[in-house]
Amino acid sequence: MGKTFAEKILAAKSGHREVAVGQIVDVSPDATLSHDNTAAISKIFEGIGVEKIWDPARPVIVLDHCVPAATEKYAANHKTIREFVARQGIENFYDVNAGVCHQVFAEKGHALPGRLILGSDSHTTSYGALGAFAAGIGRSEMAVIFATGTLWLRVPETFRIELAGTLPAGVGAKDAVLFLIGRLGADGALYRAVEFAGPVVETLSVGGRMTLCNMAAEMGAKIGYVIPDAKTREWLAGRARADYEEVGSDPDAEFERVLEFDMSGLSPQVAKPHTVDNVCDVEKVAGTRIHQALVGTCTNGRLEDLAAAARILAGRKVDPGVRLLVFPASMEVYREALDAGVVARLVDAGGVIMNPGCGPCLGAHEGALAPGEVCLSTANRNFRGRMGCREAEVYLASPETVAASAVKGVITHPAEFL
Amino acid sequence: MKLKGRVWKYGDDVNTDVIFPGKYTYTITDPKEMAVHALEDLDPGFATNVKPGDLVVAGRNFGCGSSREQAATCLKEAGVGAVIAESFSRIFFRNAINQGLPAVQFKDATKHIEPGEEISIDLAAGVITSRAGTFRVPPLSDFVSGILEDGGLVPHTKKMLGGRSCGSRGR
Repeated sequence: MGKTFAEKILAAKSGHREVAVGQIVDVSPDATLSHDNTAAISKIFEGIGVEKIWDPARPVIVLDHCVPAATEKYAANHKTIREFVARQGIENFYDVNAGVCHQVFAEKGHALPGRLILGSDSHTTSYGALGAFAAGIGRSEMAVIFATGTLWLRVPETFRIELAGTLPAGVGAKDAVLFLIGRLGADGALYRAVEFAGPVVETLSVGGRMTLCNMAAEMGAKIGYVIPDAKTREWLAGRARADYEEVGSDPDAEFERVLEFDMSGLSPQVAKPHTVDNVCDVEKVAGTRIHQALVGTCTNGRLEDLAAAARILAGRKVDPGVRLLVFPASMEVYREALDAGVVARLVDAGGVIMNPGCGPCLGAHEGALAPGEVCLSTANRNFRGRMGCREAEVYLASPETVAASAVKGVITHPAEFL
Repeated sequence: MKLKGRVWKYGDDVNTDVIFPGKYTYTITDPKEMAVHALEDLDPGFATNVKPGDLVVAGRNFGCGSSREQAATCLKEAGVGAVIAESFSRIFFRNAINQGLPAVQFKDATKHIEPGEEISIDLAAGVITSRAGTFRVPPLSDFVSGILEDGGLVPHTKKMLGGRSCGSRGR
C-alpha cells in the first residue's frame, strides 16, 4: 500500500520506517514559528526548568500581531521577546519591520518541501503551499518543543481535493477556497490533511496556493498542502535556507475521500457574518452597505493581491463612506508594490497604506470597528467580535471584490470593473 | 477521573474568538483575569454565574479558529470541570488536554443533555449520565489520560524530564 504525504513526513520526522493513520508519534520539527505569543511561551518554557532551548537554529520568531506596539503592555510584551531571543541566541528573529509571520517565514526561506513545521498560530497551515507539513499548535506545546525538541502528533487521514476546470477572469484562489469551505463546512475537514490538486491548483501562483492552504484551517484541517512543482522550485530559488527533498503522495496512497469540484463558472464568493462557512455568491449580498474595506493579512496581502485591488481602483475613488485600509503582508511585498506603482494607485484612490503586519484582523489595533459597522475584508475569519467589536459585522471576500465594493460603498461584483 | 456538574449548553462552531476575544490576547496575562472574560462574546452572563465544577456542553467543532490557548485556560480558570462536545477543533482539543481540562467527545451531546441539569461523567470508563439516560462515549486514550492526570502538558513534561540533564532529549 502506498503512503500519503502526511504518512511519509511523519514517519521520517519520528524516526519510524512507516506510520499508519491514527498512530501517535513523537516528532522533531525542522522549524517552529511563533509570534507575539513568544513572550507567553518563554514564561511557560522557563517554568519547565530547562535552561537552554533545544536548538537555537530552528525557532523562527516574527513580531506581527500588534506592530509597532500600540500600548505599553504590547511594548513590554515585545521587549520580553527580544530579551528571550538574545538570551537564547535564537538565530531567526524578525522584528516589527518584517511583516505577517506566515509571509515572512516563507519569503525568508524557512518553509521548504518535506519539512515538518509546527507553529503556535492556527494559520501555520500556509506553508503547505510549498510542500511542507505545517500544523498549528498551542503555546504550552511550543514551550515543550523549546525544552525537549519533540511533540506528539496523531497521523491524520487525508482528503484529496481536486479543483477542475478553469477559474473565470477576476475569480481567484480566495473565491475557490471560500467556495470549498462553504461546501464542506467549518468542520468539513476536521483533523484531516488536505491535498489540493488538479488543473486549477497547477495554474495558481505560489501566493494563490498559500491562500488555499492558509484557509484550510477554516475547514478544520490539520494541514493543507500542494505537491511541489516547477512553480514551487522557481519561487524557492534564491530563498531556500537549506537543501530540500520534495515529498508527494504515492499513486496508490489511501485517501479517506477524493473530492472533485469544477471551478468553471464560479462566481466571486463572500463569507457572511459570523462564520467562515456561511458562504454565498457575491450576487446574493450585492448592495450591502460597508464602512471599512480591508486588503491584506496572511490570506491576501501579497503583491498579486494588492495589484489586483489597484487595477480596479486605478483612476477611481473610494466611496466617501468607506475607509480603505491596505496592509502589505511583508516589507518585501511593500517594496515591490512601491516599485510597481501599486501603492501610488491605492493612495490616489483614497486608500490608507498601513505598515506590514496583522493589523485589525484580530481586533488588537489599527482599524477596529464600531458597533453597527460592516467591514468587507480579505482576511480569513469573520467571527463575532473578531475585529474588536461584538456589535460589528465582518464579511470576507477576494481583493477584487473588496476593491470594487470600496469604490461603490456597497458589496459589489467586481466584473463591472474588469 | 469522575466528574459531576451543572450544564451550560451551546451550539455548533463555538469559536475561540467568542470564548476569549482576540483584543485581550496580549493584554491579559493573568489566568484569573482571563476567567473574567470566558465566553464573553457568546454568553456575557457566563463568567459571573459559572460555579466551580460546572460543565460546558456544545455541538460540533467546539473551539474552532485561533490557536490561542487562553480559550482553554479561561474556561479552566473559571472553574469548568470539562467540556463535552459533539466534536472539537483539533488545536482546542490539544490545548484543553494540555491545560488539564478534560475534553470529552459525545456525538449526541446536544440531543441528550439539557441546559441547567446536573450530569456525571466517568472519563476512564467513557460513560455520561444525564436525565435522558446513560450513554457510552469513547474513553480518553491512555496517552491523553496520562497528560490529564499529571495536570497538563507542562507538569507532564517536567515529570518526564525529572532526573535528566537539561536538553538531553533534543536532537
